[in-house]
Amino acid sequence: MISIKNLHASINGKEILKGINLEVKAGEIHAIMGPNGSGKSTLSSVLAGREDYEVTEGSVTFEGKDLLEMSPEDRAREGLFLAFQYPIEIPGVSNVNFLKTAINEIRAHKGQDPMEAKDFLALLKDKQKLVELDAKLTNRSVNEGFSGGEKKRNEIFQMAILEPKLAILDETDSGLDIDALRVVANGVNKLRSKNNAFIVITHYQRLLDHIVPDFVHILYNGKIVKSGTKELALELEAKGYDEIKHQFEKTEG
Amino acid sequence: MANEILDDHIQNEYKWGFTTDIESETFAKGLNETVIRALSKKKNEPEWLLDIRLKAFKQWQNMPEPNNWAHVPYPKIDFQDISYYSAPKKKPELKSLDEVDPELLKTFEKLGISLEEQKRLSGVQSNIAVDAVFDSVSVKTTFRETLAEKGVIFCSFSEAVQEYPELIKKYMGMVVPFADNYYAALNTAVFSDGSFCYIPKGVRCPMELSTYFRINSSGTGQFERTLIVADEGSYVSYLEGCTAPQRDENQLHAAVVEIVAHKGAEVKYSTVQNWYPGDKDGKGGIYNFVTKRGICLEDNSKISWTQVETGSAITWKYPSVILKGDNSVGEFYSVAVTNNKQEADTGTKMIHIGKNTRSTIISKGISAGVSNNSYRGLVQIRKGAKNARNFSQCDSLLMGDQCGAHTFPYIEIKDKTAIVEHEATTSKIGEDQLFYCKQRGIDTEKAVALIVNGYCKEVLNKLPMEFAVEAQKLLAISLEGSVG
Repeated sequence: MISIKNLHASINGKEILKGINLEVKAGEIHAIMGPNGSGKSTLSSVLAGREDYEVTEGSVTFEGKDLLEMSPEDRAREGLFLAFQYPIEIPGVSNVNFLKTAINEIRAHKGQDPMEAKDFLALLKDKQKLVELDAKLTNRSVNEGFSGGEKKRNEIFQMAILEPKLAILDETDSGLDIDALRVVANGVNKLRSKNNAFIVITHYQRLLDHIVPDFVHILYNGKIVKSGTKELALELEAKGYDEIKHQFEKTEG
Repeated sequence: MANEILDDHIQNEYKWGFTTDIESETFAKGLNETVIRALSKKKNEPEWLLDIRLKAFKQWQNMPEPNNWAHVPYPKIDFQDISYYSAPKKKPELKSLDEVDPELLKTFEKLGISLEEQKRLSGVQSNIAVDAVFDSVSVKTTFRETLAEKGVIFCSFSEAVQEYPELIKKYMGMVVPFADNYYAALNTAVFSDGSFCYIPKGVRCPMELSTYFRINSSGTGQFERTLIVADEGSYVSYLEGCTAPQRDENQLHAAVVEIVAHKGAEVKYSTVQNWYPGDKDGKGGIYNFVTKRGICLEDNSKISWTQVETGSAITWKYPSVILKGDNSVGEFYSVAVTNNKQEADTGTKMIHIGKNTRSTIISKGISAGVSNNSYRGLVQIRKGAKNARNFSQCDSLLMGDQCGAHTFPYIEIKDKTAIVEHEATTSKIGEDQLFYCKQRGIDTEKAVALIVNGYCKEVLNKLPMEFAVEAQKLLAISLEGSVG
């Protein structure tokens, strides 16, 4: 699905990612954990194509294509989805209209005709149920006046509609109460299949109780310093990041 | 980054900038009493109208030119360097469409305005009667017979002067007095044509009425008057559109629009203003200095202004409502877009005099390039205007970091029972919003259109269907490539 090799990236001349290597195959869920400032959100931004970041070294191959050569919209059209840590409000643009535009842009990219209105409405209804999203929210402006939990749920709703190959969830669990967390996790679990993959970025083990990852990676100071299975997350939860920090500051020093 | 993308994008072409090659009769440049007399004679006007013109001219000569008072610096206009009358030669007295110069027909066809009644505007099944004004004269008014069956009068101002002098005498200048302001006085002195509309008692006008203004000749100004009178319990929806050729010179458009609403009458006036805005360096373009005002003369009447302003080098315009009758309602919905070096200073005045009068102001300014966009408005609650209500919302949207948005809301309240609310926001089409759209597969151009249309939705919703579609397209074109 995606192959990240020796990825270095910086913002305003400051290097944040210092050689990331990650291989994600179809059907897998990878969790990326790490303390604040370790580069987790930078990684998701760079993969999604945010222009503020400069890739200085390395390569990313997505479904056999050079991801870094693609515009952000083409990455999305090719099937890369980012669930934002802070979803953006677009006043006056209804969720429905936004999603219809998005889905038809993606379809056009694949050489398909725009979706019939009634098919689209059926799809909306179906996915609304999946993420337990209040029907009223789909007619409201994108994220405008949504609570933190509603915004995150809306991200998962969009993901469900657009059916990406690879979804990156950037701290989707932050600011969620237990119920919302369960809804988000259920959404992801229902959507996972052998054909798609997820990268779940999180601070806490909590989310991983609900979305069980195949692999867990610890990102620290711009590098993946440790990889393992879901037990690694538990271990981390018990010991905290301090040990990691300690260990790697020493080895680097 | 934003600026790089901004700079990358090229200036969008003005698509209505062509010139019609047509033989015109144009007055020599210059303005004096002789010119006004000649103009009046040309139009075979009665003595009383000439008197009004001359009085207005005298007043105008003694009035100081408003200069740089708003957020719109511009070079001094040489009023002697303008021709005050230009008309296609093959006129007058058209019996049928066959007699209209084919070049003129082609011009309006090109603009999407059909002067043939069986044809419909831009393919949409619509019912719109059009009065087409080319330079200084009205060339054709459609659907006159159909309207006459209902007693609706819709014709050029010149014809109205000949055929309905009593109505003109009674209403002209009632809302905008002849010396109301510098440009209104100038207009009164030299106006050449325009539209007149009268809806009789209890009649709901069966179709949209529309005036389409086209400036063609160079070195001329366009000074037209529109007068709309809605008698008791009547209703009319009126549309106004305008374009001009692309020229290096600045041309002056100084119009006056007056609306009178009698008891229980409702007038909805919609404008899509698309005068040539000048090139990206600010060369050329129309100076659009317009006085638009309506009066809710009697109880339970309503006047609603909706405008989408995308054109002109400079726009000064404050469509206003005097709420004289009790329970009368005034509305102002506006989208004003400025790009490149355009300047717009627009807004409204709501003058509450009657009891239980209500007004709503929704203004959406969009600035791009190095343009400046100002909202300037007055809400005045006079003494005795019991329980008057106003709600104002003024939003500004900025694209890039070199444009300006300004808001000047004036509020004067002389009655304690008034409730006046004002909300204002300024926002930027953020990189964040654009990136969010792109991450969902929507490219920059579509994202901008989506965001801008969303931002203007409350106003666009107020436009009649045919106009709303046109306005949406116009917005997209005006802002094409203006953001990164």
